[in-house]
Amino acid sequence: MENNSPRLDPVFQALADPTRRAVIGRLGQGPATVSELAEPFSMGLPAFLKHITVLEDAGLIGTRKVGRVRTCTLREDRLAAAEDWFQEQRDLWATRYDQLDDLIETLKDTDDET
Amino acid sequence: MKHDPKFRFMADTTTAILDVRRRFAAPRQLVWDCHTKSELLDRWFAPKPMTTRTASMEFREGGHWHHAMIAEDGTEYWGIVRYDTIDPIDGYTTTDFFSDPSGTPNEDLPASSWVVRFTEDGADATLVHSRITYASPEDLQTVIDMGMEEGMASTFEKLDETLASLAS
Repeated sequence: MENNSPRLDPVFQALADPTRRAVIGRLGQGPATVSELAEPFSMGLPAFLKHITVLEDAGLIGTRKVGRVRTCTLREDRLAAAEDWFQEQRDLWATRYDQLDDLIETLKDTDDET
Repeated sequence: MKHDPKFRFMADTTTAILDVRRRFAAPRQLVWDCHTKSELLDRWFAPKPMTTRTASMEFREGGHWHHAMIAEDGTEYWGIVRYDTIDPIDGYTTTDFFSDPSGTPNEDLPASSWVVRFTEDGADATLVHSRITYASPEDLQTVIDMGMEEGMASTFEKLDETLASLAS
């Protein structure tokens, strides 16, 4: 199968880390500079920048540098694609099993009559 | 969606595992039958508005269930389940393939391994626990991409319909 869609597995890798999830959570409130994002964490800037690079490579955030200040923005479309799929799967199973509940009730009724 | 304590769905993206648990108000034998007899599977497996149709089934180790889920517009999504181990009425393991209408597995698309367990929960209730594993996050990725393309396709179809109705 031809695979033209943007790849999502880096998205999963990116979201596997608590620091990166926190950064995503913060960017959900609006764009922020790298130093603002780094502030809550007790790690050096080089280590923090590695997390930013992973998020950027996964396409989850965009960054723009103006002068010496780098500003990060959340790319919600990428995040939504992965979330949508899991929500669809959850709905599929919920519906499927509700149907099985109905079938089971029907079979039990039939059983009672015989 | 309202919280349903008898239903739990978890997806671990890094390990490519889906874990689904559900409680049914019925004895284990009945729930087992609903999972392992094609005439019963046909009545619940595909979520509405889709329907299920069995082409053939041999419920034995090494056997198979070749079936289609059919959409409202008549589109058929074929799959073939290979039964690897069967342990009545405790559980079974399968390998799930996309297939064509003749039942040939599509080797280019990711297969998934299923472990399905049935346990008693009190006198008249049964817990079904399904653990679905893809070989790698990349395999799961391919399946997600297919779903995305599907979603995009139906979105564009709706757009076509809207544009057509506006033009007329």
